[in-house]
Amino acid sequence: MGEFVIKMPDVGEGVAEAELVEWHVKPGDPVREDMVLAAVMTDKATVEIPSPVTGTVLWLGAEVGDTIAVKAPLVRIEIAGEGEAAAPAADKPAAKAEDKPVAAVEAPAPVAKPAQPAKVEAKVPVVNGAHANGVHQPGERLEKALASPAVRLRAKESGVDLRQVTGTGPAGRITHDDLDQFIARGAQPVLAPAGLQRKTAVDEIKVTGLRRRIAEKMSLSTSRIPHITYVEEVDMTAVEELRATMNRDRKPDQPKLTILPYLMRALVRTIAEQPAVNAIFDDGPGIIHRHHAVHIGIATQTPAGLTVPVVRHAEARGIWDCANELNRLAEAARTGTATRDELTGSTITISSLGALGGIVSTPVINHPEVAIVGVNKLAIRPVWDGTQFVPRKIMNLSSSFDHRVVDGWDAAVFVQRLKTLLETPALIFVEA
Amino acid sequence: MKEISCKLLVIGAGPGGYIAAIRAGQLGIDTVIVEKAKAGGTCLNVGCIPSKAVIHAAEEFHKLRAAASGRSPLGLSLANPTIDLARTIAWKDGIVGRLNGGVTGLLKKAGVKAVIGTARFVDGKTVDVETEIGLQRIRAEAIVIATGSAPVELPDLPFGGAIISSTEALSLKSVPKSLAVIGGGYIGLELGTAFAKLGSHVTVLEAQARILPLYDSDLTKPIAKRLGELGVEVFTQTVAKSYAADTGSLQAEHNGRAIDIAAEKVLVTVGRKPVTEGLGLEEIDLDRTGRFIRIDDQCRTSMRGIYAIGDVTGEPMLAHRAMAQGEMVAEIVAGHKRSWDKRCIPAVCFTDPEIVTAGLSPDEARASGIEIKIGQFPFQANGRAMTTLAEDGFVRIVARADNHLVLGIQAVGHGVSELSASFSLAIEMGARLEDIAGTIHAHPTQSEAFQESALKALGHALHI
Repeated sequence: MGEFVIKMPDVGEGVAEAELVEWHVKPGDPVREDMVLAAVMTDKATVEIPSPVTGTVLWLGAEVGDTIAVKAPLVRIEIAGEGEAAAPAADKPAAKAEDKPVAAVEAPAPVAKPAQPAKVEAKVPVVNGAHANGVHQPGERLEKALASPAVRLRAKESGVDLRQVTGTGPAGRITHDDLDQFIARGAQPVLAPAGLQRKTAVDEIKVTGLRRRIAEKMSLSTSRIPHITYVEEVDMTAVEELRATMNRDRKPDQPKLTILPYLMRALVRTIAEQPAVNAIFDDGPGIIHRHHAVHIGIATQTPAGLTVPVVRHAEARGIWDCANELNRLAEAARTGTATRDELTGSTITISSLGALGGIVSTPVINHPEVAIVGVNKLAIRPVWDGTQFVPRKIMNLSSSFDHRVVDGWDAAVFVQRLKTLLETPALIFVEA
Repeated sequence: MKEISCKLLVIGAGPGGYIAAIRAGQLGIDTVIVEKAKAGGTCLNVGCIPSKAVIHAAEEFHKLRAAASGRSPLGLSLANPTIDLARTIAWKDGIVGRLNGGVTGLLKKAGVKAVIGTARFVDGKTVDVETEIGLQRIRAEAIVIATGSAPVELPDLPFGGAIISSTEALSLKSVPKSLAVIGGGYIGLELGTAFAKLGSHVTVLEAQARILPLYDSDLTKPIAKRLGELGVEVFTQTVAKSYAADTGSLQAEHNGRAIDIAAEKVLVTVGRKPVTEGLGLEEIDLDRTGRFIRIDDQCRTSMRGIYAIGDVTGEPMLAHRAMAQGEMVAEIVAGHKRSWDKRCIPAVCFTDPEIVTAGLSPDEARASGIEIKIGQFPFQANGRAMTTLAEDGFVRIVARADNHLVLGIQAVGHGVSELSASFSLAIEMGARLEDIAGTIHAHPTQSEAFQESALKALGHALHI
């Protein structure tokens, strides 16, 4: 009966550690070869760790949220024969319970309900709640409501929890009449307090996984990079007319265009003239890596949080190609199937909230890049053309730059050039 | 390979499975049931029904023998009664056959498609059935595992030859001169008693300190007394070791001392285990509780769309529990809101005399920290029991001391199995002692003892 130690695998180039975001097994669980044991998160991609062997889980090397070094032991599995798993199994819940003494003390009445954290985070408090209630098995039978089978069936079908119904019969037996009255009252709990109530509960939500990555990235960026943000108004009427025409005449296999592919192409043109904004600033040794390729990160909201899939080599892509790649990556990011390569390596980033774009934003640079372009909401506004007000489609661009390496003047020139290209979109497409 | 698909697939046509399928059929669900042997499962083919037939025949024969010996207090007499066990078994097989046909007919009437063969999971939605005419693949939206249980074998005394399980005991062609029963639980005692009445010399070996260790000693005393009257030898704290077929003797260890027991047949009734092998369950890897499939209060397993009911899900391994689960699961699959909300699962032990339990025993109630009142009424004080020579035993009722809610009812005595319905009804309906005391129980019947036990708990029994 041997023991097999699974170490934290090397999950990606240059990755020295990864965060454990989910256990799929617990000590004592049988595992089969290729069964997923855990999920770890590196830079931005989540990687599942499969079991190379069949056996029984003896020991888990980390808690959800822990950061584990590559090659550190992750799981111990007993192989060939069924394991004696009682001892480690007993250790685990006890350790977990100790993690959360605060929750138990501070919120005694409404047993700490996690509001709506992701599944992983919910696990710990839920386990505690169930066990904190303590001795329940022998008396369980008596906690059941006292009611005849017919009353129980009606309650079940009406979705009524009979434990909330007050029985008026002998020994508190719930009669059909009691149930009728309860349902007639709208199945409200009998003692539901009226009016506005103070709430004192505090939900503790552990910041793990992608959320923690985002938090770290944001702190790093705002603490290291002195941001300069520059906002300019862009008349998008011409682009919008062009876009409408191109969408109307597109071939069946071509995707519907949004503003973003135009912005991406305009960005590529502007960067050709202003290469300083398409760069990675390694502030340790003090080297700016000015990239000739334009890899545009697209800040994307996913169910788990913000991710930035990367459209690689935008300089080599036409507008339709940009649109296709954008759609593919956005989908991959939302469904969590984007690979690590697709989520890293950008040289400049676009942040767009579409209809939620607002008037002005202060985008945070995707460290260690030096520029980010924020797209605000497009709206029809009256514009004085010299003789009258005319309705124009106006949109702001809010862009931030690393002021250590990009001067305000250069930033302004960059944005003004973008504005010119977008206001006269033919310029985007003419031969350079 | 032929392929069919359905909404619900039931694996196993025992009392759990066939009820699930019939109810599903009634609800208009496209249902298929797979059975590897005969409809009715353990209960109908080799369990409840055939054993009751044999027990009844043995009781009848025993009464005749008592009369022939001139010991009948009723003044009956006759000469030389005999039994042709082969005919008894044929009669029993006739009953089983009628019921087999009945279940098959009910399934057909409900529109259920029956497939005969051995099922094997391919994945959580697909099952292959090996039938006589080849492999049949069935795809189902929901699957109910109702594969039941099988007798546990002792490693040192494997089944075969003289070593038999309850299944073989119910099909013996002649009465063995001597029979050793290993395991003094209800199955061993029911069959051991029957064979003692048929004329076998029966020895019961029980590893624990007393027979029927799961019942309290008040309930088991009348059975122990009766076993003595029937000449059944009971060895408690005894472990069977080996069997010598040539000499027909069973070696055992009784309190650390080696003993030899003459036994033409050795009946092993040391428990039952769930049937989970050969099913391809490893393909779907369901969570277990011990060896049993783990289920929740809707009989759902750890895999979505797969349910398990009956013995394969654990104790109590009783046909009526499986039936209630089967009915519930069919209704859940039909989209009804259901969950397991039964207050008690009555259990009957068809020993001589019989034992019925429903709800909490006095010890269980006390262990739950409840203050209780107990009322016990003996059949000695019941007129009907006297007239049928059935004065052994009593009815006992357990209620909460504060509000007199009935928590449990137990009885031991002749024919008390038929009282089980009123016991479980009282508990399901949430009766108080006053409800039972205030219900007129017909005179003269043994059921009066039930009313009297409630009166006794209230402190004013009338006939004692």
